[in-house]
Amino acid sequence: MSMSSGSASLGFEVKDLELINLTKRFADFVAVDDLTLTIPAGSFFALLGPSGCGKTTTLRMVAGLEDPTEGQILLGGDDLTRLKAYQRPVNTVFQSYALFPHLDVFENVAFGLRRRGIKDVSAAVTAMLELVELGNLARRKPGQLSGGQQQRVAVARALINHPGVLLLDEPLGALDLKLRRQMQLELKRIQTEVGTSFVHVTHDQEEAMTMADTVAVMNQGRIEQMGAPVDIYDLPRTRFVATFLGQSNEVSGRVTGTSGGDLLIEGAGSRFTLPVTRSAVDTGDILVGVRPEKLSISAQGSDIGDDVNYVTGKVTDASFTGVSTQYLVMTSWGGEWMVFEQNRSLGGTLRPGDEVTVHWRPEHTFGLAVDGSAAESA
Amino acid sequence: MPAIVPTTTTKADAPAASAGSSQRRSRTAYLLLLPGLGWLGVFFVIPIATLFFTSLQAPVEGRSGVYQAAFQISNYAQALGDYWPQFVRSFIYAGIATILALIIAYPLAYFIAFKAGRWRAIMLVLVVAPFFASFLLRTYAWRTILSDEGAITTALNALHLLPEDRILNTSIAVVLGLTYNFLPFMILPLYASLEKIDPRLIEASGDLYARPFTGFRKVVFPLSLPGVVAGTLLTFIPAAGDFINARLLGAPGDSMVGTAIQVNFLQFRDYPIASALSFILMAFILVVVFTYIRRAGTEDLV
Repeated sequence: MSMSSGSASLGFEVKDLELINLTKRFADFVAVDDLTLTIPAGSFFALLGPSGCGKTTTLRMVAGLEDPTEGQILLGGDDLTRLKAYQRPVNTVFQSYALFPHLDVFENVAFGLRRRGIKDVSAAVTAMLELVELGNLARRKPGQLSGGQQQRVAVARALINHPGVLLLDEPLGALDLKLRRQMQLELKRIQTEVGTSFVHVTHDQEEAMTMADTVAVMNQGRIEQMGAPVDIYDLPRTRFVATFLGQSNEVSGRVTGTSGGDLLIEGAGSRFTLPVTRSAVDTGDILVGVRPEKLSISAQGSDIGDDVNYVTGKVTDASFTGVSTQYLVMTSWGGEWMVFEQNRSLGGTLRPGDEVTVHWRPEHTFGLAVDGSAAESA
Repeated sequence: MPAIVPTTTTKADAPAASAGSSQRRSRTAYLLLLPGLGWLGVFFVIPIATLFFTSLQAPVEGRSGVYQAAFQISNYAQALGDYWPQFVRSFIYAGIATILALIIAYPLAYFIAFKAGRWRAIMLVLVVAPFFASFLLRTYAWRTILSDEGAITTALNALHLLPEDRILNTSIAVVLGLTYNFLPFMILPLYASLEKIDPRLIEASGDLYARPFTGFRKVVFPLSLPGVVAGTLLTFIPAAGDFINARLLGAPGDSMVGTAIQVNFLQFRDYPIASALSFILMAFILVVVFTYIRRAGTEDLV
């Protein structure tokens, strides 16, 4: 049976990946701290965090390139923890690819099949090279390929083995911006086509949000928050997530009471309300946060209506970018806020020096713990 | 087509403008080459030519040790006829020593390149350290180490492992001496090519189901081939021409070509035969090297 696309001939078996109490300690620091998480079969999962947060160590433990100090790794219920890398049904796309320089593209892609004693590899290799659109370059050496092409070879070399889960370690880090955008879509397409789980490690929040169904934000060996990109962005649960994933404006205050489903907060000479469900704390000190594109800005004294949260300040910078205008506002208590205002009305932009009121709807507000540590919720 | 024309002209303009300076630069390059060329001329071309003419000289009747210009090709036949056992021994001893050196050096170089960590620099210094003492002195030291009353010989004799009941003054001692003396020439090029290999390639081979040994055979070893070729050549060539080890560690029956050349030059004062031996050795080595490089097929080497 001949199929035009490779997917039918690929035949992946999809499996859940479970990490249970996974811990990795190096001599004097904990790289991965008691990590428990389940990556459902067939998902595109991103581990996002700054360098040194333990995301790469986590990936390497799943690949079998690093031994966990404690904990278990299960794939489809099978315990992989004590298996060597070469015994695991898991494959990796390495950072800067690690293609074998002495082998051509075909042999690089065939490597895993040959090691498993499969004699006739040419049909599978050809199908895989078609999938990554490299059919005509089979006999080139990696050194003769561009960065984007090498990236595709690395993906093909791993995917041809039908891994239970494909691990990608900063796969787009070595590419320039334009190519990176293109490969983001390309990887997403391949993932949809083959249906196997992709676990993608990156420090680039935009990359994670563009590609992944689920993003886990990691910091200091722990997962701070996990969920669909839109949910995490909309409702960050820790200060780290709020600032690492996009930009956030914050003002500190105290919870003074509740009214209906809302928390009442006083701070910086103003009052704020925010739904209890959108706050990580419900008493004492709190950090009130809001995303810059949720804000509206108007000259002080103009009617902003009731039932809104607002702060006052002075515009220090206004940059017109076409679709929107980006304002920097020095607030009354001295914090700097960023406001993205869509240019929907004609004329009437504010100028630096203007006294303004910045306001937003309570349901766009989020509440964070002040020291950034609390918040068990995820 | 029209789009290409303007770009070519702009490209052509740039070199034209700097042609003067680039010409001056290339003249400087040739000037810098002069000392090297002079060195090669004085210390390589002239001696080789002299040696070649000497190898064709004929003896002057009645005066031993005095020769005159001639075209006596029979010198070569005579040299080969008299000393073919030395040639055979040279290549066998050098061959075995090269293989032994490779077996000893590869794991060592591998360890230094991938596992030594912060000890790497120290280990490299230790590899080179023997060069601080003279070659001759070190070979004399081996006479003591391998002597009949020495610990090694006594121990092996107790186990009845030595065919001649001794090591010193046997071919075994010659091969051991050659292996020892040329080992650093094997380790250093091996290290240089292993060190260039990205350790992630080893991880990648493991990730793609290669057991450690298969990963070595399919990835690390092929990538280290330039080092293997360079190391074996750097060991084999000087070992084949060596005359010290056979002289100091072997019996008279273990003599090599190097010994024969030395004896002919310095004791028999038969310069034409000694020169002819040198040329034959050179020719053999060239043939061996070229066939070897052909077979090994490393484009990076030459």
